Amino acid sequence: MKFRTTLAASALALGLAGGASAQTLVYCSEGSPEGFDAALYTSGTTFDASSKTVYNRLVEFDTGTTNVVPGLAESWDVSEDGLTVTFKLREGVKFHSNDMFTPSRDFNADDVIYTFERQRGEGSWEYFNGMSMHELIGSIEKVDDLTVQFNLTRAEAPIIANMAMDFASIVSKEYADAMEAAGTPEMLNQKPVGTGPFVFQDYQTDAVIRYTKNAEYWDEGLPKVDNLVFAITPDASVRLQRLQAGECHVMPYPNPADVDSIKSNDDLKMLEQEGLNVGYLAYNTQVAPFDNPKVRKALNMAIDKQAIIDVVFQGAAKIAKNPIPPTIWSYDEDTVDDAHDPEAAKAMLAEEGVEDLTLKIWAMPVQRPYNPNARRMAELMQEDFSEIGVNVEIVSYEWGEYLERSKEMDRDGAVLLGWTGDNGDPDNFLAVLLGCDGVGGSNRAQWCNEDFDKVVQEAKTKSSQDERAALYKEAQAIFKDQAPWATIAHSIVFMPVRAEVEGYKIDPLGGHWFWDVSLAQ
Amino acid sequence: MLKFALSRLGTFIPTFIGVALISFAFIRVLPGDPIIVMAGERGVSPERYEELRQQYGFDQPIWVQFWDYMTGILQGDLGQSFVTNRPVWDEFFTLFPATLELSLCAIIIATAIGIPAGVIAAVNRGKFFDRALMSTALIGYSMPIFWWALLLIIVFSGNLGWTPVSGRIGLLYFFDTPTGFMLIDSAMSGQDGAFGSAVRHLILPSIVLATVPLAVIARQTRSAMLEVLSEDYIRTAKAKGLSTARVNGVHALRNALIPVITVIGLSVGTLLAGAILTETIFSWPGIGKWMVDSISRRDYPVVQGGLLLIAVIVMIVNLIVDILYGLINPKIRKR
Repeated sequence: MKFRTTLAASALALGLAGGASAQTLVYCSEGSPEGFDAALYTSGTTFDASSKTVYNRLVEFDTGTTNVVPGLAESWDVSEDGLTVTFKLREGVKFHSNDMFTPSRDFNADDVIYTFERQRGEGSWEYFNGMSMHELIGSIEKVDDLTVQFNLTRAEAPIIANMAMDFASIVSKEYADAMEAAGTPEMLNQKPVGTGPFVFQDYQTDAVIRYTKNAEYWDEGLPKVDNLVFAITPDASVRLQRLQAGECHVMPYPNPADVDSIKSNDDLKMLEQEGLNVGYLAYNTQVAPFDNPKVRKALNMAIDKQAIIDVVFQGAAKIAKNPIPPTIWSYDEDTVDDAHDPEAAKAMLAEEGVEDLTLKIWAMPVQRPYNPNARRMAELMQEDFSEIGVNVEIVSYEWGEYLERSKEMDRDGAVLLGWTGDNGDPDNFLAVLLGCDGVGGSNRAQWCNEDFDKVVQEAKTKSSQDERAALYKEAQAIFKDQAPWATIAHSIVFMPVRAEVEGYKIDPLGGHWFWDVSLAQ
Repeated sequence: MLKFALSRLGTFIPTFIGVALISFAFIRVLPGDPIIVMAGERGVSPERYEELRQQYGFDQPIWVQFWDYMTGILQGDLGQSFVTNRPVWDEFFTLFPATLELSLCAIIIATAIGIPAGVIAAVNRGKFFDRALMSTALIGYSMPIFWWALLLIIVFSGNLGWTPVSGRIGLLYFFDTPTGFMLIDSAMSGQDGAFGSAVRHLILPSIVLATVPLAVIARQTRSAMLEVLSEDYIRTAKAKGLSTARVNGVHALRNALIPVITVIGLSVGTLLAGAILTETIFSWPGIGKWMVDSISRRDYPVVQGGLLLIAVIVMIVNLIVDILYGLINPKIRKR
């Protein structure tokens, strides 16, 4: 357990003890980061501690939205055919220094190329590969020191949003080379160097992560606090106690049961927003009688979604009518949800000649943001379905097994599952979860509808957001008509902060950002 | 005596091999493919799945994997964490001092309170004190650690504000930790108030972790004392006109302590098990929390290596207890 005292650190401890005006923001985080090289990992906890503090990307999500804004690239240009994307880089951006490294030059095209080339090579670059970036990027060219051109193998509009994702965090080539030469390449993952708003100072395993303000940050006036501390606190009740005691300023993931007491506490503020997620029940559309859209529709009408939201989510969710959440652009407000009408549902099943139907409902063994208690949800559905004469058997498997078995084409039963968006692009929901390519994989409904697929594929090739939005609305209408899923809920994200915290915005993508947060004196 | 120690050591080796085998098998018997669990909803392509299997050596036959594991252990190599890529050995010894510090405090509290409580109960057998102490011990023994810890936090940290909620030291203190023991490091740091902060942070978790062993020690001391108090030599001692305090405290307690020492030794296992929950609640960066995280991440090398190291520690403590026992009680080493 060695951690180094730097000059700045002693200044922090003494300064604060002496009551100086340096501001320290403490975040009670929910878990330990796996490492600090964001490209190696896929978990949000790791991203909060690495990419969102230490690093920047070519483009960034405007905090609190899914809109893409300039980051280390001042501007970008997509060619007419959509096959080349050219980024114009920001000048004069400085990388951080640490006790092993001091940069000799500013950020430039070499760093961008290194960042992406390393992920195109061998290694565990799960998210990069998971987003098909390895297939999508044909080559990367340095046009000049401040211009980089990506040549794509096919036109794909969501790539710009992908560039704002955590795996695309720009690392310093100079630092990587220096560590390689020193025989300590693992330092990239242990002592990160980036261009971000906070400079990594120290990590005491499983306990505390410390950062200091990047005084040379390119976005003037940011960050607003002088020091940032992550106090790792895995238990939600304890996090709340710490927040109340003033040991931290911001905490994620409160217990739903504590929401009311937090709201009534004057020392705290409760921020809330719908999450970028959807929880659903996916029928197996390859198996009779669930291959009949009317049968699926009838089942959807039997489900009392409001009861599920009240009981399973304790009110902290919004009824889902579309497969994408309302925080995503192109969400179709006009969609009319299937009314909860057991009588009509019963009649509809009779009309289709379906009698004595038995259905297995798969309930996930784990808690997820889009479904805090799948078992309970399945039980409520069991009651709903029994009202229309459908017999339900609830099954569950260990999480790994569950994910694998639910992919099988001849799967018996409907699966409870969900999704949290990666990049705020509708394609990330519609194509991934419902496209024909996903059948036998991430498309748990095993649903391949030619009309739907055509529209979604076409939308990828358009670079105008308006054109794309129109196509995605069309796709949502087809989805609603065909009902491969029962869409259940979009959960609400709660974020309790202390009253003195100013400027904190909930990230619809699930991250936690502190660069524009300040503390009232 | 040496012969006795050696014979105890002789049983150490087969136990060690058994534990290595069990820790290797344990994580593999758990359902859940580590690669699939890591990938989550997003899944992993079949090609990538194969690559990862090769990278982690899962494509090898199970006996080859076991052979590699065992030869690794003999060379002092427990492998690297799948998640952090750091050697298991390093991770363990980074976190172990925190667990050890907490456990030592807990065992000191448990012994310092448990033994006198047991003696008082035995001396006052059947009276109010005895009943009160023994029912308290029973409650302590049966209390769910999770609930007990939260209750203490809410009362002492939340309502009264006497103790910090969690962590090892105030967040404002930042210094080198050469020993990993926060009490020692904070005292050496020279920073004002650091030591006091470390002590205050230790109070609640130590009490929580001490609760079960305290109850066990108190009950064990009581029953051992009762047995001894009915012996002839105690009656003789009393008849000689020795003071009650001397009879109970010296003549009786000394002999009653023999089984109590065994119980203290055995409670090391309980402490480590209790540490898993206590550390999670109090955000205490020790090996308990580390093991829990690794099991849910299916981090094979960490679970295997961690289990093995913990087992070795328990075995060493038991070995010491056995030897101590032999020292105190000559009857045993002659057998």
